[in-house]
Amino acid sequence: MNKEALFGKTLEELKGVVKELKFPGFVAKQLVDWLYKKKVGSFDDMLNISKKNREVLKARFEVGLSTYSNVQESIDGTKKYLFKTVSDQYIEAAYIPSENRKTLCVSSQVGCKMGCLFCMTGKQGFQKNLTAGEILNQMVSINEKDELTNLVYMGMGEPMDNIDEVLKSLEIITSEWGFAWSPRRVNVSTIGVIPAMRRFIEESDCHLAISMHAALNEQRKELMPIENVYSIENVVNVLREYDFGRQRRISFEYIMFSGVNDSKMHAEALVKLINGLKARVNLIKFHPIPNSPLKGCSDEVMEKFKQILENKGVTTTVRKSRGEDIYAACGLLSTKKLVETSKGKDY
Amino acid sequence: MPRKKIELFASKVVELNHVVSNVYTLSFVRKFEFVPGQVVALAINNEHEPRLYSIASGADENVFTILFDVVPDGFLTPQLIRLKEGDEVFVSKPFGDFTPEKGDKWWIATGTGIAPFVSMAKSGCNLPLKILHGSRTLDHFLYQDLFEECMGEGYLRFCTAENSDKVYSGRLTTWLKEQSSLPKQIKYYLCGNPDMVVDVRDIILEKDIDFANVKAEIYF
Repeated sequence: MNKEALFGKTLEELKGVVKELKFPGFVAKQLVDWLYKKKVGSFDDMLNISKKNREVLKARFEVGLSTYSNVQESIDGTKKYLFKTVSDQYIEAAYIPSENRKTLCVSSQVGCKMGCLFCMTGKQGFQKNLTAGEILNQMVSINEKDELTNLVYMGMGEPMDNIDEVLKSLEIITSEWGFAWSPRRVNVSTIGVIPAMRRFIEESDCHLAISMHAALNEQRKELMPIENVYSIENVVNVLREYDFGRQRRISFEYIMFSGVNDSKMHAEALVKLINGLKARVNLIKFHPIPNSPLKGCSDEVMEKFKQILENKGVTTTVRKSRGEDIYAACGLLSTKKLVETSKGKDY
Repeated sequence: MPRKKIELFASKVVELNHVVSNVYTLSFVRKFEFVPGQVVALAINNEHEPRLYSIASGADENVFTILFDVVPDGFLTPQLIRLKEGDEVFVSKPFGDFTPEKGDKWWIATGTGIAPFVSMAKSGCNLPLKILHGSRTLDHFLYQDLFEECMGEGYLRFCTAENSDKVYSGRLTTWLKEQSSLPKQIKYYLCGNPDMVVDVRDIILEKDIDFANVKAEIYF
């Protein structure tokens, strides 16, 4: 059986561990230093902790870092990393380098429960929530770990459906005792699970990206079952309740589907929905997935849509596709082939 | 600053009923109007995060009834099964859009995903042409008396672990795949766990049904 991992525990949690083991209180600070500053993979490397205490730690815990199982590289330099979790399931993370940014897109769950029509991850169903340690492990175990400038929670899973562990991971990333990253370097996406989104807004300072994809209720329901309980209109209304300050950013992600959500009427509905909210819109090219009834839009249509939004004063960007050839692009991450598919199904 | 949350209202428990193995119904005093197919957020007190449950009771009933599986290591459901008549639960106003539309339809569910369809059937909503319900064992075809009575041969049960002359042996998904075609001009209402919804939706779409005719509610 796997031992409990220390990597992924907050300073408060480590203080609890230290107290339970009857170690001096300062050992908690030493532990966060080794785990999150020096990022060592073994208790033997924690040289300022006494040998006796290291042995006690070793008997009860493991550090919890693990290397990736595989890496694929795209012709555009994007890399897709495959990781095995402690429960022998698989997740993917995408490293996306550009001229002035090195972004890592991390997963928060193995699979996803949300069943969005356009997403490959949703097709593998849901297997488990990642721990904070498993989320952070993606960040510290890739070859480019020291080059990262930005982190986005846009990989496999719905971050707000695993809010406790996501918030823990964000605390470790942004705390002085942790990785000490500015929260402005981290962007967390959601399809709009409202109660958890409120917690995220109130307990974190990181950026928020809303996966909108359709501004009209009836249409969004066809693409995203979540719309049946948490409508995009209600999500936007909740956002209006908060003051995000000058630095914190809200963005709306909008995958464009040919003949579905790409007309002037759709652009105007989007403008109307977010009117008055300080937010930007990212238009994303759809990357077709097997057996999907949806098709992507041409560059011309996307540009036209962008112009309508910009003419109404909405800051809009068209996100460049990256890593499509290795299935690392938006909506394509999946470890379905590695999931034992029919196990336990009762239908 | 206290965290902003969905507004919850105290309501008295009327009945807790153990249906089968880990499945229970909980009924509490109804305080609001609703449309069959809607959900309520339910909590054991006003501090903890509520969970969403489809309403399984009819529009004419004085109670709201929910149907739930006990999750042994979950926070809420092990507490729900300790409730007694007169205890308080905290409930939101009903909300959600998984509600009936005009026209022909099929209802497809697994396990407790049958709940919104129970509410629709009890409330006198237009019945579907077919109800497809999947379960591992025969005793988990919840509300089968209701559906046998109102749907007759349109009520199809699919059981993966046991046999009976009333049910199809095997998976609901296998039966769907084996159909040479599916009706194109109807709506398909899917409710249940994400795996089922995604698998069934894929099969339906492979049979040339427009995705706009698929309406899904996922339990997460």
